[in-house]
Amino acid sequence: MMERRRSTDGLWTLKEQVRARPEQQRVTLSVCNTGCRALGSVEVLAALEEEVRKQHAGHSLRLQRTGCHGFCEVGPLLVVRPQGVLYVRVAPKDAADIVAATLKGEVVERLLYTGPDTEQPIVHEHDVPFYKHQTRLVFRHCGRIDPESIDDYLAADGYEALAKALGDMTPQQVIDEVLASGLRGRGGAGFPTGRKWQFCREAPGQPKYLICNADEGDPGAFMDRGVCEGDPHAVIEGMLIAAYAIGATHGYLYVRAEYPIAVQHLKRAMADAEALGLLGDNILGTGLSFHLKLKQGAGAFVCGEETALIASIEGQRGMPRSRPPFPAQSGLFGKPTNINNVETFANVPVILQRGAAAYAAVGTERSKGTKIFALAGKVRNTGLVEIPMGATLRQVVFGIGGGVPEGRAFKAAQMGGPSGGCVPAEHLDLPIDYDSLQDVGAIMGSGGLVVLDDTTCMVDLASYFLQFVQSESCGKCVPCRVGTRRMLEILTRIGRGDGKEGDVETLVELGQSVKAASLCGLGQTAPNPVLSTIRYFRDEYDAHIRDKRCPARTCRHLVTYSIDAEKCIACGQCKRVCPAKAIEGEKKVEHVIVQDRCVSCGACFDVCPVDAVVVA
Amino acid sequence: MAKQGTAMRAALKQVLERHTTDKSELIPIIQEAQDAIGYLPEDVLLDVSRHLNVPEAAIYGVATFYAQFYLEPQGRHRIRVCRGTACHVRGSAQIRPVIESKLKVKDGQTTDDLLFTYETVACVGCCALAPVMMIDDRYYGRLTPEKAEAVIDEYMRQADAG
Ligand SMILES: Cc1cc2nc3c(=O)[nH]c(=O)nc-3n(C[C@H](O)[C@H](O)[C@H](O)COP(=O)(O)O)c2cc1C
Ligand code: FES
Repeated sequence: MMERRRSTDGLWTLKEQVRARPEQQRVTLSVCNTGCRALGSVEVLAALEEEVRKQHAGHSLRLQRTGCHGFCEVGPLLVVRPQGVLYVRVAPKDAADIVAATLKGEVVERLLYTGPDTEQPIVHEHDVPFYKHQTRLVFRHCGRIDPESIDDYLAADGYEALAKALGDMTPQQVIDEVLASGLRGRGGAGFPTGRKWQFCREAPGQPKYLICNADEGDPGAFMDRGVCEGDPHAVIEGMLIAAYAIGATHGYLYVRAEYPIAVQHLKRAMADAEALGLLGDNILGTGLSFHLKLKQGAGAFVCGEETALIASIEGQRGMPRSRPPFPAQSGLFGKPTNINNVETFANVPVILQRGAAAYAAVGTERSKGTKIFALAGKVRNTGLVEIPMGATLRQVVFGIGGGVPEGRAFKAAQMGGPSGGCVPAEHLDLPIDYDSLQDVGAIMGSGGLVVLDDTTCMVDLASYFLQFVQSESCGKCVPCRVGTRRMLEILTRIGRGDGKEGDVETLVELGQSVKAASLCGLGQTAPNPVLSTIRYFRDEYDAHIRDKRCPARTCRHLVTYSIDAEKCIACGQCKRVCPAKAIEGEKKVEHVIVQDRCVSCGACFDVCPVDAVVVA
Repeated sequence: MAKQGTAMRAALKQVLERHTTDKSELIPIIQEAQDAIGYLPEDVLLDVSRHLNVPEAAIYGVATFYAQFYLEPQGRHRIRVCRGTACHVRGSAQIRPVIESKLKVKDGQTTDDLLFTYETVACVGCCALAPVMMIDDRYYGRLTPEKAEAVIDEYMRQADAG
């Protein structure tokens, strides 16, 4: 079966054969086997497997282990295809009913999704608001194929774009197509992908290298994890097309070490592609050679920066260097190198297949196609969402995300992680694209979108990000190493209630210097979270500095928790959850918080059934 | 698990045999050596230095640059509590003190019985289920202080049972 294909025609024949296989015809139970693992999907799969065996359903049902479906909030998820029936929060005990009902063509009502505003349960995935407002192009396979099965990828539209490129197009035509599509890099900076490829193609020197950046270091982002785990062949196919266009013969997939499942799926996909003659020498008999290796990152945020990543592949400390020369001129081992993000590569097969014009029909004037966001934080429907460029933040947070839970108010969306900024409520109707976000002081970034509500303190958030970049700064250049440290000291002081007049002005001045003088993108963007929170939430800084007050009641030096003895019913819940063992009291004796042990985490406040915990 | 003397050497020898002496093999070599041995003792770094013909100081430089490498013996289980943005705004600060006080460790430390190594990391890519921790390769999402404690208790119980 796994025989090398010696021509693009051979690939088409194989695809026909795969599509005709019995398992591709069966009704399929697609269960997330990646993200939902944290919610117990492994146990659900085991139970389903057992039930399929017990109910002798193996000939009519297929159990499929898929990547992330996106709607992590209500996982473990199961979709019955081709019907598209969505089951949420599936537990092992539901397995018998699901198998039995599916065999009879029925639906298990109790496992359907019910929205917060609808009484009626929703049967089909495409009717659920979370999916209805998305445009899933890059994600078209995620949750629909088994990422460890090259057959599934082939039975969908897998490797058709590659066959088209190799069979019908010259390398220059491929680049022109990508240029015409308007695709811009999804790794953060938004540089036009076609132009980058052209530079590298024209650069003198052999061999040429191609690198896929799957380091995804932004805390609060997991788009690339979703793609690598759910559709690894799409990344490889995109790389192959790029390799052909640029003339690269060697490639690296640089994957974050914290993503063990992504590594496993990519390795499997590489081995299967190689066995079919889609990687290695003389690919599909066309004479194209491309050798791909996987390297695991070793836990350093700065290694997401391209020159640091290259140093890391070379076996050195992952420190960035100044550009020029750009990697296209002198990159890995001093050779011309093209580096793109995972999602960028995953867009390439879509472009070739649909054609540049159809691709460019989605999006805004200067940002084409879709963008995946990792929707997290204080939002009802957390998960991975893909939207057309130009959709508004309101559509994402409220339409898809279902708004802020617990009746709280939306305060801001943090976009772009440690290099980005906060977009406040007044810009909710901003169409999301590279340029509009920049105008309001945030960035598209790689796609992290953390929703904040009125319980999030902006000073605390700024100091959280600064702490992060401070500890991840590689230390090579002074503005970043020392500048971020001085800024953090000031922020920490403000958070402790020791801020002084003029601190905010000093922060702004320091921030601008760090941006202007740092060597790499880490330092050049590190002050952004501070500057953007000052821009929109100056009043919170002032409250901390002048009134020694934290309006969101987060900064632990500025709030005290105590228990109202009148209200306390001595139930003991607060005592049980207190991580610092700072609460004393017995059954029937009202509880007291011992202030010098209290870490002001708010756990007691959250659990108290009678609102007896008071914050001041 | 930490290995001693000769067993360690043998494990390292196997790793080195899989790699050429090209300098770019350094990180994969020490990644695999650490997987096999549990951490990177000085002797191992010395042997790698000889194998690649790279000064030991340069190897030490690389091993200390990346968060993933450990120069001290590590616990049997690695607890990684996420302090990424999504977890931060959903209360990971309530989770850390539970583990720190229960196991009497601080970030980066290992318990005296070598059962757990505890560290905080910036995002494990499971932000939708924040707050999250990982124990070895398993994810635990939507944590509460109580749930986190229960998970740790379970690991301790299993360790006691042998
Ligand atoms: C500090 C820092 C971290 C970065 N992290 C990532 C990352 O995790 N993933 C990524 O694709 N790009 C990251 N980048 C951007 C890369 O340097 C590079 O621009 C990108 O991989 C190019 O791919 P693209 O053109 O497809 O976007 C980072 C940049 C900086 C300055
Ligand atoms: S922020 Fe905690 S898993 Fe991403």
